[in-house]
Amino acid sequence: MDFELSADQVALRDGMRSLCEGRFPIKRVRDGFDRGAHAELAEAGVFSLRSDGFGVADAAVVFEELGRAVVPGPLVWLYLANGLVDGVAGGLEVARRRPPWMVEHLDVLDTLLVVDDDGVQSVAAGKVAGALPVDRPLDPLTPVHRVEQLPAGEPVGEADLVARWRLEGAVVTAAFLVGAAEACTELSVAYAKERRQFDRPIGSFQAVKHLLADMLVRAEVARASVHAAACTLDDPDVGDVARAVAGAKMLAGEAAITNGKTATQVHGGMGFTWEVDVHLYLKRAWVLDTVLGSVDEHADAVAATVPG
Amino acid sequence: MDLRYSESDEVFRAELRNWLERSLPELPSRPSWDDWAGRRRFDTDWQRRLFDAGYAGINWPREYGGRDASPSEQLVFLEETTRARAPYVGVNFVGSLHAGPTIMTEGNDEQKNRYLPEILRGDEVWCQGFSEPGAGSDLAALRTSAVRDGDDYVVNGQKIWCSFAHIADYGELLVRTDPDAPKHRGISWLILPMDTPGIDVRPIDTVLGSSEFCEVFLDDVRVPVANRVGAENDGWRITQVTFAFERGTAFVSELVEARRMAEDLAGLARDPAHRHELGHVVAELDGVWALTKRNVTRAARDGSPGNGALMVKLAYSESRQKLGDLSVRVLDRSALDIDNEFVVERLRTLALTIAAGTSQIQRNIISERLLGLPREQQWTSS
Repeated sequence: MDFELSADQVALRDGMRSLCEGRFPIKRVRDGFDRGAHAELAEAGVFSLRSDGFGVADAAVVFEELGRAVVPGPLVWLYLANGLVDGVAGGLEVARRRPPWMVEHLDVLDTLLVVDDDGVQSVAAGKVAGALPVDRPLDPLTPVHRVEQLPAGEPVGEADLVARWRLEGAVVTAAFLVGAAEACTELSVAYAKERRQFDRPIGSFQAVKHLLADMLVRAEVARASVHAAACTLDDPDVGDVARAVAGAKMLAGEAAITNGKTATQVHGGMGFTWEVDVHLYLKRAWVLDTVLGSVDEHADAVAATVPG
Repeated sequence: MDLRYSESDEVFRAELRNWLERSLPELPSRPSWDDWAGRRRFDTDWQRRLFDAGYAGINWPREYGGRDASPSEQLVFLEETTRARAPYVGVNFVGSLHAGPTIMTEGNDEQKNRYLPEILRGDEVWCQGFSEPGAGSDLAALRTSAVRDGDDYVVNGQKIWCSFAHIADYGELLVRTDPDAPKHRGISWLILPMDTPGIDVRPIDTVLGSSEFCEVFLDDVRVPVANRVGAENDGWRITQVTFAFERGTAFVSELVEARRMAEDLAGLARDPAHRHELGHVVAELDGVWALTKRNVTRAARDGSPGNGALMVKLAYSESRQKLGDLSVRVLDRSALDIDNEFVVERLRTLALTIAAGTSQIQRNIISERLLGLPREQQWTSS
């Protein structure tokens, strides 16, 4: 058992971090996802990790960095669909939901992958008719269209593919959320050291520093849980895959949302402004909680793995 | 990054599982949780069985009679003993996890030879004498005094929250040996034989009714200077060593036990709202267990679990209390009986966010040591 990042994983993390810092600073991130960003991430190998021989644990390391930088785009779907369809792919889960469908990033997509319990259908994005853009999407970096009716698509995978995507996709999404939760902690700690009130840094007040300690612990527990789920997917003998994955997505979603809210609080009035980046993390966390199982759904899923 | 136990870990697991299968049926019946004399007998008997089988002090170095097990073998030990519902460390807690490791690290050869084998065999039970009525979170404010008189210290004062003092042979005692020094610099760490004249032990009635906690009154108690561990006035540093052991190891067995209790509770929880919350708590405890595995890897690499143990303590104790709250709701009116296993646990675990550093103190330490935040300035009423 060696539950620290391997030397290769440390190199992968450092490489991704410097890529994000160099190519995806927050100024560019605020411009949103486009084909240029897709091409750069594809060239960096973000979407072809599996076909390049990397495991889910390696992918988790990469997506944690994307989350720290709050890089926008249908990144998880591009990762999952690599090799299945060409061009820019996005995903839409329809099981147990009703129209109108809220389709993300439609303007940039070549293909929309419609995921239901029994399989995946590929729909050409250009054939999606009557899509109405949401004027002000919750997350400004995740544009959304309202679609009443989807055209018929081509089947590209069956229930087994859906099952695999739900596990692997949940883990890499959870890794992204952990990265977002960590970034919120770092932004808040930096602000609390710098912002002065009553002639001293607000980070010296226990009422504030306890919030920050909880942010750190919440993100670290979620991070360990995501890594454990990724290791379990890579080597299913070491645990219960369903329980590990559901627990990881639940903890990561909760960490990102709670840390996003706490970061807003620690930044005070500034945290309520568009200018400060905190809301971008919180809003993305809310978006990603609706993808591949929410905190609530995964809590039930964990319970279902414990014999009653 | 992988979670696979090594082949030698699995050999260790198979041997241990085999031994547990043979040994547990031979145990006498367990005493009730508040029969302290019975619990001493039962727990020390179990310690002796562990010792005879080579499992006592599994993390202790071989030179002190331990097994020198690797951190991952220690996890296997906890997993298997919990799975088999073997007894916990119980009254041997202070000796095996507190005083023993401290003497091993800071004691002289005579002290090591005298005390360590007895702890390991379960022949002697230890208690704690750290906190005082006026020194809780601010432990360094302790006032119990020790004044040199020839080859003895004469000790006067009062200790509180002394686990197992009513059934212990020895106590680990913090005393003030220099009242004029700054508060962290005038403390010494003494071995207190509990049969010394002048010691009055009074059990504390807790929210449970009875408990392992006692008050200890010390009235002109003579303790040989030879019983001092480490240098005079170096006791604060030694106490930090004791706490590092406590934080590193003591809560892991609690965590494993909590995961088992969550699975027991799953057998009773039917209401969908209760199942939902159970899933939530199970995920939290699994997450803390994963963090523990990370700490174990770090301990194997660097010899210390690092600061991860601080986070485990904070997260574990709060999740455990959520589990307890849920269990009381699941039990409904069956919870009106304190001797129900879940109810006694719910009450007992109220102490988890208080003992060994309150959650508030833990958050101060985490934010200052791990996040580099400044200390809060002293407030005055003016």
